[in-house]
Amino acid sequence: MALTRDDVEKVSLLARLQLTDDELNSMTEHLSQIIQYVHQLDEINTDDVAPLAHTLDITNVLADDVVADCLSREAALQNAPQRDEECFRVPAVL
Amino acid sequence: MSSPETQPMGGTPYAVVVGLEVHVQLKTNTKLFCRCPTTFGQPPNTQTCPVCLGLPGSLPVMNRHAFELSMKTALALNCTIPYFTKWDRKNYFYPDLPKGYQTSQFDLPMSEHGHLNIFSENDEFADKQIRILRAHLEEDAGKSMHDEAAGVADSRIDLNRTGTPLLEIVSEPDMRSAAEAKAYLQELRLILLYLGVSDCNMQEGSLRCDANVNLHIDTPAGTIATPIVEIKNMNSFRAVQRGIEFEVGRQYTLWQKDKQVLGDMPKQTRGWDEGAQVTRAQREKEESSDYRYFPCPDLVPVVVTDEEIQAMQQQIGTLPASLRKQLLDDHQLTAHTSAVIVNQGLGFADYFLALATAIDDSRLAGNWMQGEVLRILNEQEQTIQQFKLSAAELGELLKFIQSGDLDNSKAKDVFAVMIESGQSAADVMAELGIEKVDSSQLEELCQRLVDNNPKIVADVQSGNPKAVGALIGQARKENSNVDPGQVRQICLALIEKL
Repeated sequence: MALTRDDVEKVSLLARLQLTDDELNSMTEHLSQIIQYVHQLDEINTDDVAPLAHTLDITNVLADDVVADCLSREAALQNAPQRDEECFRVPAVL
Repeated sequence: MSSPETQPMGGTPYAVVVGLEVHVQLKTNTKLFCRCPTTFGQPPNTQTCPVCLGLPGSLPVMNRHAFELSMKTALALNCTIPYFTKWDRKNYFYPDLPKGYQTSQFDLPMSEHGHLNIFSENDEFADKQIRILRAHLEEDAGKSMHDEAAGVADSRIDLNRTGTPLLEIVSEPDMRSAAEAKAYLQELRLILLYLGVSDCNMQEGSLRCDANVNLHIDTPAGTIATPIVEIKNMNSFRAVQRGIEFEVGRQYTLWQKDKQVLGDMPKQTRGWDEGAQVTRAQREKEESSDYRYFPCPDLVPVVVTDEEIQAMQQQIGTLPASLRKQLLDDHQLTAHTSAVIVNQGLGFADYFLALATAIDDSRLAGNWMQGEVLRILNEQEQTIQQFKLSAAELGELLKFIQSGDLDNSKAKDVFAVMIESGQSAADVMAELGIEKVDSSQLEELCQRLVDNNPKIVADVQSGNPKAVGALIGQARKENSNVDPGQVRQICLALIEKL
């Protein structure tokens, strides 16, 4: 199943990326190549292979419910493109 | 089970179909994947770290306690706990979600296939079981606030709440009315409170409820289903009931006009407007596949053993349904009294049980709990844990009623002083000069009153038993300690014998 330009347009909208026509075309080509590459896996017979939820063979990494230090507000906000005294500022959310 | 149907005036009969998605903030000290505190109402952006800000290179670590509370809740809701569970990324773009995805659970939730039973106190519907599809553990998003300041069209983002553990409990579409939906939510909340896993404060958002609503309408061509609408922003039980009721009416009217059925349009999200008491259209819901779920590579799965499940089962403790049964069957309370006691929470119920045991009279204990005790708690805005009297101390007072030393109204006076001063019942009675009038003294007094008031006696004899009230008044004037009920009884008996 080939990736279409419409697919890329839809995904870019979901990610709130505004792509030019040229970018959409090249993205479609590049993403198609990536997907084709992954499709090589289809050639392997996986009938007897159990689904894998995680590549690491470990489970139950859990931490105790004990409070640790937070960042200061100043540190938390320091990389924000737009901010005020207390908050991140973003274009209006409706 | 057949669905109760509504027959609109001159219209087509239909059944209401409701399923609820309830999000519960779990009572942990720290967030789900980092150790920032979860305290409500702190100054904006003072409870964050690289993990909950979604900074590159940060790694989440699952909160053990959050998982345990989820498991406890799921077991109390009769869910099965799969041995293997994992977390997935639910991708969507929103400014209060700094990572660009919510860490949630998709195809292997930590619990599934449970149920809870609902009932109606005023017989609005028959007792029924509501199935629970699944309960899964996920993280909360931050908060966005629209800045109304003149000309500024920005939103402000506070990420304190980001990453707070949420248990999402999804019911099957088993409810057939707004009243059933409200009862489900109330029973669920009560269970969560008994378990102690959440504060369940709808105003603060630690319990949130979305409702999926549509109608099944009988038409000549068969039953059709209207498009499903998800209602959000219902911040109280009343809002849940009103929101669903409104949506039922709206969908029926709309269907009469446009005849749209399920599948004709994507699922719609509507917000409940409390001020206007209507639902309003929100964004079109993205199809499930648009969330592009995939397993979170940063979190390893959790495996649960039979032993762990059994150990957690032991920790569940008393639940509302079993307590209700105990109060009805073992304590012979009325349905109303037991409901009042159970709805006040586990602490209140424990107090009742201690009081009933202390005085060996469940009925008397129940009446006092739902009457005087509850009245004082409401007046003083206290919980039973803050109540001034222990069950033993209150029991001492009620024993004076049992022994006949106090009638109920005098006991209330003594109770009021006990609350005020913290003194024991015996001390208050001594101070107020209340003492039992012994029965020979009382007989003598009544005899004297009957002898001295032939007019009243004649009145009673001529078929007006209420006239005896005048004798009671005289008796109380002579001795304020007499029990009016006893005086009435003795005087009427004496007059009878004349």
